[in-house]
Amino acid sequence: MSATDRMIPDRLRSPLEQRLKSWETLLLAVAIAIFVANSFASPYFLNAWNLSDATFNFTEKAMIAFAMALLIISGEIDLSVASIIALASTAMGAAVQIGVGTPGLLLIGLSVGLLCGAFNGVLVTRFGLPSIVVTIGTMSLFRGISFIVLGDQSYKGYPASFSWFGQGYVWWVISFEFVLFAIIALLYGVLLHKTNFGRAVYAIGNNPTGALFSGIRVQRIKFILFLLTGLMSGIAAICLTARLGSTRPSIATGWELEVVTMVVLGGVSILGGSGTIVGVVIAAFVMGLVTFGLGLLNVPGIVMSIVIGALLIGVIALPRLWSMGRSR
Amino acid sequence: MMKRLITSREALLVGAIALLLALISSRFPAFIAPANLVNVFNDTSPLILLAIGQMIVILTKCIDLSVAANLALTGMVVSMINVAVPGLPILFILVIAVGLGTLLGMVNGILVWKLAIPPIVVTLGTMTIFRGMIFLISDGKWVNSHEMSPAFKAFPRTELLGLPVLSWIAITAVILFTVVMTRTTLGRAFYAAGGNPHAATYAGINVGKTQFWAFTISGALAGLAGYLWVSRFAVAYVDIAGGFELDVVAACVIGGVSIMGGIGTVVGALLGALFLGIIKNALPVVDISPFWQLAISGGAIIVAVALNAQANRKKGRIILKQAEQAT
Repeated sequence: MSATDRMIPDRLRSPLEQRLKSWETLLLAVAIAIFVANSFASPYFLNAWNLSDATFNFTEKAMIAFAMALLIISGEIDLSVASIIALASTAMGAAVQIGVGTPGLLLIGLSVGLLCGAFNGVLVTRFGLPSIVVTIGTMSLFRGISFIVLGDQSYKGYPASFSWFGQGYVWWVISFEFVLFAIIALLYGVLLHKTNFGRAVYAIGNNPTGALFSGIRVQRIKFILFLLTGLMSGIAAICLTARLGSTRPSIATGWELEVVTMVVLGGVSILGGSGTIVGVVIAAFVMGLVTFGLGLLNVPGIVMSIVIGALLIGVIALPRLWSMGRSR
Repeated sequence: MMKRLITSREALLVGAIALLLALISSRFPAFIAPANLVNVFNDTSPLILLAIGQMIVILTKCIDLSVAANLALTGMVVSMINVAVPGLPILFILVIAVGLGTLLGMVNGILVWKLAIPPIVVTLGTMTIFRGMIFLISDGKWVNSHEMSPAFKAFPRTELLGLPVLSWIAITAVILFTVVMTRTTLGRAFYAAGGNPHAATYAGINVGKTQFWAFTISGALAGLAGYLWVSRFAVAYVDIAGGFELDVVAACVIGGVSIMGGIGTVVGALLGALFLGIIKNALPVVDISPFWQLAISGGAIIVAVALNAQANRKKGRIILKQAEQAT
């Protein structure tokens, strides 16, 4: 896709800005509505521990979604995130078998994530390959390596101190994962909205050639974004592995879809150039509440995936249908 | 110039396939026995069908990740129809399969054409929706071999002139779509819409509508493959052909189809599919665990897309190298 084909304005027009503002308000209203509906639908919903459990539905995915949001705003995409989780988890599992302790496991999880991100980044920025195909390829490659290592086996026996990263609570019902999610959200909010780096990400997404001629190091920034996405997948792999206490090569299957859905639901344009971290945070809560509420109502996981798929298409289709209807 | 590049790409692939076969046969001569090669081709036929549809979609700058889910949904529907009405002639089953597949493809096409939603978002969404629908209609149950009527299972296996019907369908599709792509207005429109959408618009081609037709064809082929799949393996359940959409995209990319649109041939898609099919069938023969297949497909996609980018870069003069990369 070249810049001219996408017909994106060089800067955000103010009506679009207003619409984005109202998008987040709308999303917040949806979140509150789902919350209220859930508390009426199930007597088990309004319980501090249950709600705390519900956060596990989205914290790990949301960590990746923040980095993915920046990547999508810059006009790229990474479909290999779930496979990075599988590979990082497999590496940590293999390390456990030879007696590596918790600090070593954390280091391995993070480095595998970074390495995978760097691999994607090099292929996209150095070789100039389209990120969608590269990451469809690495999606097979990374998970494929997990399958080669593990086959139909699984790794278990993670140390108790490691499990804390997925199961531990910092204070009362506030889990470590939730605190980590909040800190990461804050960091990405500052990075995207308050720094030159963040402005550069928007500029690249809106007009890569223009950004280049404005002195922005387009390829370097994109490379950093792939690194960040890999790193976040590594962190998510640590949390998920610690929470589950075992590693199978099929771990986190289909998460790339849910992460992209979360980002798009949060109001980030899939064509790049616009979106906010606040939107992604609210979207994370919406998706977490929906899946948790449906779970309480005994709806099977695969039916939830219909809801997720419909949400993904619906949130993009509805505003367009709306504006089509109004222009007539 | 263009023509030579494309032919050289296909020549390269034929060479790669020949090399692959030579390597395998050096240790396992039985692999290249004609009977076995016929088997390999037959086994790869569903992939060939889907790769042709996917190639047309990719030509128009789109991507269809819902093909495997479409195949599975159609397969489940025709199996359940067969269980309910065992006497229904196969011709009707075929019509239903192609019809339902076409309809599902049209849903993708409408969303891309009328609402201008990016194809990757549309098809990621419909992929999960189609899979979920299989669960809803089947209640998670399997349709097993003994529930299917003999005629339902026999159709793709019936031999005609030494080849099973399944292979003949793939061959017919290759010939039919080669003609469509090179000899019809619609076929040329696919290339134009992806090669340069603006120029295509000025030439009077409705780009969105062309993309719609691409998704429709892809859906129709997926639906047809859905019936062939369930009858060949004599089983239908929620997860059949799970992850197959990646193999299909891989076959296209290996076959020299440019993900940027506008470049690719039916023969390329055929060769890409055969390349993957030979690897898949050779792995158990050369005693490598089937778990390697996913990683090999992934590696092949990356190598192929890098080769494609190399080939495409020679096409024009690059004035500012970094700017070209930035876009």
